[in-house]
Amino acid sequence: MLTLHCPYCGVDADETDLHAGGEAHLTRFGPGASDDDFEGYLFTRKNPKGVHFERWRHAYGCGKWFLAARCTATLEVFATYSAQTVAPPADVRAAITAKRPDWSWGDLS
Amino acid sequence: MSTRLASKGRLVDTSKAISFSFNGKNLRGYAGDTLASALLANDQMLVGRSFKYHRPRGIVSAGPEEPNALMNMGEGAFFEPNQRATTTLLFDGLKAESQNHWPSLEFDVGAINSKLSRFLPAGFYYKMFIYPRPFWKHVYEPIIRKSAGLGKAPIGRDGDTYEHFHAHVDVMVVGGGIAGLSSALAAARAGARVLLTEQTAAWGGRAAVDEPQIDGMKATAWIDQTVAELAAMKNVTMRLNCMGAGVYDHGYILAYEQLNEGGTDAPRHRLWRVRAKQVITATGAIERPLSFSGNDLPGVLLAAAVRDYVVNFGVSIGDRTVVVTNNDDAYRTALVLKKAGLSVPAIIDARPDADGPLAKAARDAGIRVETGKGIAEVKGGKRVTAVTICGQAGEGAVVETIECDCVAMSGGWSPVVHLWSHCGGKLNWDADQAMFRPDEQRPPTDGNGSGFVIPAGIANGHLFTTDVLTNGFAAGQTAATAAGAKGKVGKGPEGYDEAQEPIVPVWLMPQGASHELRSKAWLDFQNDVKVSDVQLAAQEGFESVEHTKRYTTLGMATDQGKLSNINGLAVLSKALNADIPDVGTTTFRPPYTPISMGAITGAARDELFQPIRKTPMYDWHAENGADFEPVGQWRRPYAYIRGDETVHDAVNREVTQTRDSLGLLDASTLGKIVVSGPDAGQFLDMMYTNLMSSLPVGKCRYGLMCTENGFLMDDGVVARIDDQTWLCHTTTGGADSIHAWMEDWLQCEWWDWKVYVSNVTEQFAQVAVVGPNARKVLEKLGGMDVSKDALPFMQWRDGTLGDFKVRVYRISFSGELSYEVAVDAGQGRAFWDALLDAGAEFDVMPYGTEALHIMRAEKGFIMIGDETDGTVIPQDLNMQWALSKKKADYLGKRAQERSHMADPNRWKLVGLETLDGSVLPDGAYAIADSINENGQENTEGRVTSTYYSPTLKRGIAMGLVHKGPDRMGDTLRFTNIGGEPIEAKIVDQVFYDKAGEKQDV
Repeated sequence: MLTLHCPYCGVDADETDLHAGGEAHLTRFGPGASDDDFEGYLFTRKNPKGVHFERWRHAYGCGKWFLAARCTATLEVFATYSAQTVAPPADVRAAITAKRPDWSWGDLS
Repeated sequence: MSTRLASKGRLVDTSKAISFSFNGKNLRGYAGDTLASALLANDQMLVGRSFKYHRPRGIVSAGPEEPNALMNMGEGAFFEPNQRATTTLLFDGLKAESQNHWPSLEFDVGAINSKLSRFLPAGFYYKMFIYPRPFWKHVYEPIIRKSAGLGKAPIGRDGDTYEHFHAHVDVMVVGGGIAGLSSALAAARAGARVLLTEQTAAWGGRAAVDEPQIDGMKATAWIDQTVAELAAMKNVTMRLNCMGAGVYDHGYILAYEQLNEGGTDAPRHRLWRVRAKQVITATGAIERPLSFSGNDLPGVLLAAAVRDYVVNFGVSIGDRTVVVTNNDDAYRTALVLKKAGLSVPAIIDARPDADGPLAKAARDAGIRVETGKGIAEVKGGKRVTAVTICGQAGEGAVVETIECDCVAMSGGWSPVVHLWSHCGGKLNWDADQAMFRPDEQRPPTDGNGSGFVIPAGIANGHLFTTDVLTNGFAAGQTAATAAGAKGKVGKGPEGYDEAQEPIVPVWLMPQGASHELRSKAWLDFQNDVKVSDVQLAAQEGFESVEHTKRYTTLGMATDQGKLSNINGLAVLSKALNADIPDVGTTTFRPPYTPISMGAITGAARDELFQPIRKTPMYDWHAENGADFEPVGQWRRPYAYIRGDETVHDAVNREVTQTRDSLGLLDASTLGKIVVSGPDAGQFLDMMYTNLMSSLPVGKCRYGLMCTENGFLMDDGVVARIDDQTWLCHTTTGGADSIHAWMEDWLQCEWWDWKVYVSNVTEQFAQVAVVGPNARKVLEKLGGMDVSKDALPFMQWRDGTLGDFKVRVYRISFSGELSYEVAVDAGQGRAFWDALLDAGAEFDVMPYGTEALHIMRAEKGFIMIGDETDGTVIPQDLNMQWALSKKKADYLGKRAQERSHMADPNRWKLVGLETLDGSVLPDGAYAIADSINENGQENTEGRVTSTYYSPTLKRGIAMGLVHKGPDRMGDTLRFTNIGGEPIEAKIVDQVFYDKAGEKQDV
């Protein structure tokens, strides 16, 4: 039963008020994309033990999507932040580094 | 015999007698009794039979760890099995029955299993029932099913009510013993908002029984004083009979409060759903049994339980009690018994020496203390009659027999670490105290990565009053600080202890017990697991404690091994020649003790189970014979039944009348999503496969939506309202998910697009006015021009009809002349009534969802969920016309370019017509003329929609068939469960008015 802070409405929302949306920061590939790119976009998901970036929707609250940086093993939440970002902002990355100096996620670290 | 003593129990009120029954016998107890203490007061020692061998079982404990005294309780709507007698407070009229016996508790046929025990070893389920194969289904399984399970399943509805209670606190303290009270005191004084729960009906825990000195007074006086101080503080909530059941992620805790028994109107149980910044687990400890032969006989109890019954309830288990122990604490039981005037023939202490103050006190009281000794065997049948004594170090050679009717055993204490462990708290093995205790350096962590559970008192491995109080108070202070409370806590309580001599672990008594003795030394009383079973498992290669648990069923009963786990894994570690911490424990999972299903459900039953969505016309439907079906959370009329007609008759009548004259459909449930903004057209071009940006204002267009995987997800008619506004109709079930889908793309992918989306489904009531007389009835209402010229097919207009402000869409899902009229939801019922009045001369008939389905199938229109199942693409449905070639992109476009999606071998939509006119079974498969590698017939298609058409007076169907459109006129054979395959011809999917003339008049 996680509690996540919704960066839009400011509520610390209970997991029952939230809807999980899977991995964050996917790049959409449409017509013209290679088979590999499209497969990666549609099917290949990271499944890390440790730092992960996820999409969450405050479904029974303000209705907004937001992103969370979280440890999948300890459930520690490093930050929640705007869904209108293509990559984790610097302050989010710094917050993770402060707790997990050796973290990496795809090309990020 | 067990009986009520003249000395009154601390907790019972002998002025208030309570009558109850056990196995039909009427008995009496007192207010404050548990069912267990009341049974024992009535000399009811035998309370059940064990699971496997049907051995006689008596009460072993006085708390939640009880493995044996499980009862069927109550009757009828108030019946519940597996109720623990030791934690059930007695109430007037309580009816209890013992479980797992046949034909009677006293004479049980299944007890023969005990004689066969050598044929029922560890893992016998896996070993015995393999061969011969057919025996499993016809012999073994029926017998096992009959004998498996404790108690009876309740029949019918639960007559009681239950509720949930949400609480947000700074510090939750689980356990109301002196540790928990100290913790709560410190946290509350610091100013934290505190919730303190105690699972029993009284504060104080063990200290209230053993009465150590605290702050210079007797423990009970200190407990009363502290409870009063806490109760007077506004920031403290206290609950008795409330068990901390589970600790979950990020400080979520479930607690289970038992409120009212006996079928009152008030809730029976309350489930507390707590969010706490800090949790203190002051959950105490559970005494361990000793493993000696016959330790399962009725009359053998935990030593502390024996003194609990005397002190708390004024009940003696027997007249002559032999105490057997490996630690000092059990001496207290001997002293309590002696003080109550009962006989203690001997204390059998497995330790080589016992010279501490407690042992001295026992000797001074005239009790014989035998050190270095153990019990070789307990004698007796349904009741202890004697014990034989041997040297603990030997193999069980009997040196003496002592007659007794009670054995009080103590193998030491195990901290209750369950709640600490639920969410990941780690344990250390404390070899000196022979116990697993919390490792405070490795607590469960919260969302900030900080520990949020603090163990306190005995639950933290502190066995002495002094340490319990100090540790408990410090835990409260630490928790309050962590939760942000900064007040002064003042001085904590101080306790006093007599010195004690250390425990010597004893995992088997005597140490070198023979196989015969070991195979009667019980570890798990409820599931009948013995020392010999665990040793056998180890011998057979089960090295993991988790595997051994499942193989032997050790700790898998309803008590979850509260008494057996530590003893079992100690035996296992010895058999494996490993250290106890290397073997480890099994996983502690919530709830701590079973909680009722009713408490989990709370108020979520009947009309509160799930909200039912009703259209404005719902009441009319209900009053006019509607046979409702669930569509999402809506209830829609399937058909309106008149008089004695069958549902099938009603459906056919509705179809025929609509095609012949006039029908009405309550279409209010269809999703209505407004999409507006400067970029709305561009956005809809991505959402839909077809081009929506080019739709002229005033016109309607049917559209398809696909997932990014290319599969068809939803469909509906889109209307262009103005330059920047579109109204998208979705399926009934899809409205909420499509709205969420649009929001997802707008918020997370194209957040720079200026589009606003709003789900207005419930703002409008919508009625489909369908049939050759549809225009006439609208004209009769008067107002706007609904002629073909003024409002052509696939267009919409705003206007008025009668007194109603309406938006009229000329769209048709039936193939008939059809208007879908939207009015404000508040006007829905009035408009419906007006249509019924105006339509009376045309014999207007409302029709339900089945008539809707038949008419659309007659027209060959697809239905999301029938023709689609999440694996179907528009191309499979021959809907290439709806896939825009002008657009560079839409959701699903890239996916549909994949080779498998473009494969000409995909099954495609066709019409199907049975040769004999019958109706194909729904979901039937077309049988191909080939066999697969398993010798089964291959399939080459399946039925997606199938109905009796009252218009054509024969069966019609649609299906997906391999290369179907290229095989017009071919005959296929379809599976027909229980009958011969049915032959059907591939035909065009449009069965009615192929040219579409009727809808466009």
